[in-house]
Parts: sequence; C-alpha cells; structure tokens
Amino acid sequence: MVENRPWMTAFYYVTLTLGVLVVAFPLYVTFVASTLTLEQILSVPMPLIPGDQFMNNYSQVLTGGSTRGASAPVGRMMLNSSIMALVIAFGKIAISIISAFAIVYFRFPLRNFFFWMIFITLMLPVEVRIIPTFKVVADLGMLDSYAGLTLPLIASATATFLFRQFFFTIPDELAEAARMDGAGPMRFFWDVVLPLSKTSIAALFVIQFIYGWNQYLWPLLITTQESMYTTVIGIKRMISGGDAATEWNLVMATAILAMVPPALVVILMQRWFVKGLVETEK
Amino acid sequence: MEKRVVFRSAWLPYLLVAPQIAITIIFFFWPAFQAVYQSLLSQDAFGLHTEFVWFENFKTLFADDHYLLSFQTTAIFSLLVASLGLSISLLLAVAADRIVRGAFIFKTLLIWPYAVAPAIAGVLWAFLFAPSIGILGYVLKQWGVPWNYMLNGDHAMILVVVASVWKQISYNFLFFLAGLQSIPRSLMEAAAIDGASPFRRFWTIVFPLLSPTTFFLLVVNIVYAFFDTFGVIDATTQGGPATSTQILVYKVYYDGVKAADLGGSSAQSVILMCIVIALSVIQFRFVEKKVQY
Repeated sequence: MVENRPWMTAFYYVTLTLGVLVVAFPLYVTFVASTLTLEQILSVPMPLIPGDQFMNNYSQVLTGGSTRGASAPVGRMMLNSSIMALVIAFGKIAISIISAFAIVYFRFPLRNFFFWMIFITLMLPVEVRIIPTFKVVADLGMLDSYAGLTLPLIASATATFLFRQFFFTIPDELAEAARMDGAGPMRFFWDVVLPLSKTSIAALFVIQFIYGWNQYLWPLLITTQESMYTTVIGIKRMISGGDAATEWNLVMATAILAMVPPALVVILMQRWFVKGLVETEK
Repeated sequence: MEKRVVFRSAWLPYLLVAPQIAITIIFFFWPAFQAVYQSLLSQDAFGLHTEFVWFENFKTLFADDHYLLSFQTTAIFSLLVASLGLSISLLLAVAADRIVRGAFIFKTLLIWPYAVAPAIAGVLWAFLFAPSIGILGYVLKQWGVPWNYMLNGDHAMILVVVASVWKQISYNFLFFLAGLQSIPRSLMEAAAIDGASPFRRFWTIVFPLLSPTTFFLLVVNIVYAFFDTFGVIDATTQGGPATSTQILVYKVYYDGVKAADLGGSSAQSVILMCIVIALSVIQFRFVEKKVQY
C-alpha cells in the first residue's frame, strides 16, 4: 500500500462489491428459477427467493429432459459433454506435447515447414470454415459420433506454442547429461521433459476442458440424434420458442448443471487456470 | 530460438509430429482450401449444375446491401463489446489490485463467468430481459421503457452486448490484474512522495505502463466479438429482429446452413479468414516488439 486514504479504500471495496453483485445476479436468478414451478416463473414478476421444487426440477431434467421440447435426459448430455471435454483436453495436450518435443529437440528437414503449418491454424477458428469442415466430417462418416465431435477440434496451435516456449526454458545441461548417460530421446522425454511439464499440462487442461465443454456451433451442426447432444446444445433445444411455451424452470436447472463442472474446474484449479490463461496468450 | 543440444533420428521426429500434422491437414487445410474453391463456384438452387465463376460471388457480396449492413452491425457490436468490457474490467482490476483484505475472495467471485459457455450466457440474459416474464424486462416496463428485444433492433443489440460483455469481463480482469501487479511499486511510491494524487498516478504512470496489456486485450476482444459470440447470438436473437444483430459470422452460418447458398457463404468465409489473419498478424508483430516505455 502506497499511502493510507480511507476514502479511496472504501471506493475500491464498493466498486468490487458492485462488480461481484452484477456478475452474480444472473446466476442467482437462474438458480432461483430452477427451484420454482413454471407457474411461479410465469407470474410476473417472478419471486426472487428460492422455492421448494429443487429436487423435482433437477431429477426431472437429469432423467427425463423437458416435457415439451427435447425430451433427451440431461444426465446423458452431461456424459457426452464430459467425454467431449476430456477427449479434447487430453488429446490436445498429448498431440501438442509430442509435436513440440519433435520441433524443439530435433533438427530435421521440413521442421520449419511443419512449424508454420501448425502456426497458421492458430488463425482459423471453426466458425470461419464450418461448412467445408462439416462436409469433410460427413464424408468420413463421423456425424453423430464422439470422433466427429472431438477430432476436428483437437489440433491446437496454442498448446504446441506453450510447450515449445516451455521446452526452451529447460536447461540444455539436462539433455546433455541424459545423452551422456546413454538415454535416447524417448527416455529423455518420459523421465525428464514430461515430469517438468506438469504445471504447464495442468494449466492447459483447465483452459482446454472449458473450451471443449463450452463448444456450441460444432456440436449443433454435427449432432442430430438426441443421444449425442451435449448439455449446451440440450438447453438450446429445450427453448421451444415463446416465453410461455418454454419450461423455464427446467431450462434453468439444465443451465445450472451445464455451468457447474467448468466453474468447479476454474475455481478449484484457479492457480493453474490463471497461469495457463496468461501464458497461452503470450 | 534454437536448442544447442539436439537428438538425432531419421524417423522419430516425423512420427512425433505426424498426429498433429494429420489432423491439421484433414480438418484445417483441406476445408480451408475447399472454402476458397467453393467461393469461386456458383451452384444452382438444386445443386445440379456448378459453374466456375471466378470472383463473381465476391462482386455480388460487395454489391449486396445486406452484407454491407452486416459489416456495419459487426463493427458497432465489436466496438461496444470491446470498449465496455475493457473499461469495466480495468476499473475492477485497479480496485482489486489496491485492496489487501478479501482480495482472493473477490478475485474468485469475479473470474467464474469465464467457465460459462457463450450460448448459456445468452440464455441467462435472454431470460432476465424477456419482454413478458423477465425480471429486468419487468423493471424496465415499470420505468416506462417499452422494452421488447424481440421487436426492437436497438434493444436486441443491447441484450447481445450485455451478455457478451458479462462473459468476457473475467478474462479481461485477469489480464489487467496481472499487468497491474507487474508495475513496480517503487514508481508509485516515488510519485506519491512527490504529491501526485491517486488519479494523477493512474493517468500518468499506470495507464501508460498498462498499454501493452490494453492493446493485446483490444485485439482479443475484437476477435471474441467477431467469432465467439456466435453462441450468444444464436441462443438469443438469432440475428433478428430483421437483421439488426446479424454479425458476419452469423451470416456465414445462416447463408450456408439455413439458406444453402454455398458459394456466397464460402466467399464470406474467405473474407472472414482474411480478417482473422490480419488481426493475428497485427497481434503477432506487436507481441514480438512489445511496446515499452
């Protein structure tokens, strides 16, 4: 603290409290709505104190989905979302760490060419190439499958960059010592590089898990069967149009269920999350 | 940068890069090439007859008022999202940087919206702002505002901007906070001893030193507003009413998937790719140089 000015300190606390309240307000209303009956929500203005329908609403969506819109159970959707998020997170980390290892620790023809190929993908979000990518996946027969949901999103220039940057900070002496002791490149990778990369892996895991869990456009395009919906898509399908026709209590319960896993990952792994976020974007 | 110590193998490095390169070629290069190729073709409504038309699709696009309007909508939308998002989070980050007690709690309570999917952020705010049942819609009507985002284009724009900014605040906040914490305390102390007020210190020391972070976040926020907000828009207004919230990326999706105009949609994809590449180059060059004082 540079100096003591009680008024400024009070101003900072007031600002932060207001910020937290504004940020939390939609979450609170969503939670309240998920504990009410539909009639209570439709009686304008809706109550702002939690009701007693918590168990009813959540067990209804988890096992049966909504009764008017999509009737797919949200339990299944949560499973799909988890599979998608975990496969994307681990897949990205696995293929990026080995390609970064090859690019940093080997000199081979085409090395720079490969590096630039990966670098260019940094610039192309799925959104700009949706239709051709959809066509490729359709031609490969991967619509409505976990492979189709995850593979196209697994190549990540960001992760490769992070590992590349990190590998450059590993002292050369370690590689030298390993080579002198007769360790081959893969032995060096398993026994030295991988253990050293633990923090970077944890940080990337948080970022990529959230990225995978929150995917919207891609699953929207390639899933047509209700059994393959992810939670985020499920919510969209439950909103059948019109304020009165939608079962808002069930939609809001699903929204809470869709937010809890990634929010837990962010809050519980906060230290790695902040590190991962700040470092991947450098 | 190069490593001094390297391993030697004729085949191992190729095996290690193979998975990533394979996925990159199949799901990035091949589709991107297809998009460029499709953008030069014209197809009749039934997909029976395809003709190579060079830049006809692009000419049609730039002569199309709807497309130019979509450009304008995107510009307004991304400027609003970037400026509001950056100023609110800067204010919060400055406050969080100065306080001692409870800093960790406030930080935790401010960063969780990062975990919320854009589409869900859209659903939450659409529920709050729903004209007939939403709690904020109700409050606005009590104040005499004839609120209805489903009919009024300006209201729809406000809704998507609020939802997008709300989701992005946590990200900006974290970067501003990291930037603020890297400013040497001695500078602030020296200025305070010289009698500079907190506001003066902010404008003459903190703000200039924070400019690299601000510039970086500006680019990130524009990219976010251009592409990641697709979920927000699809879950709330779907580009409507009329086309008042139809940003470029939504138009690519709408024309390609809903209206099945492959050539036109691909041409739009190609234009968007050029915009992304331009933005990435700006950012990359900037990161390499790092504006420093």
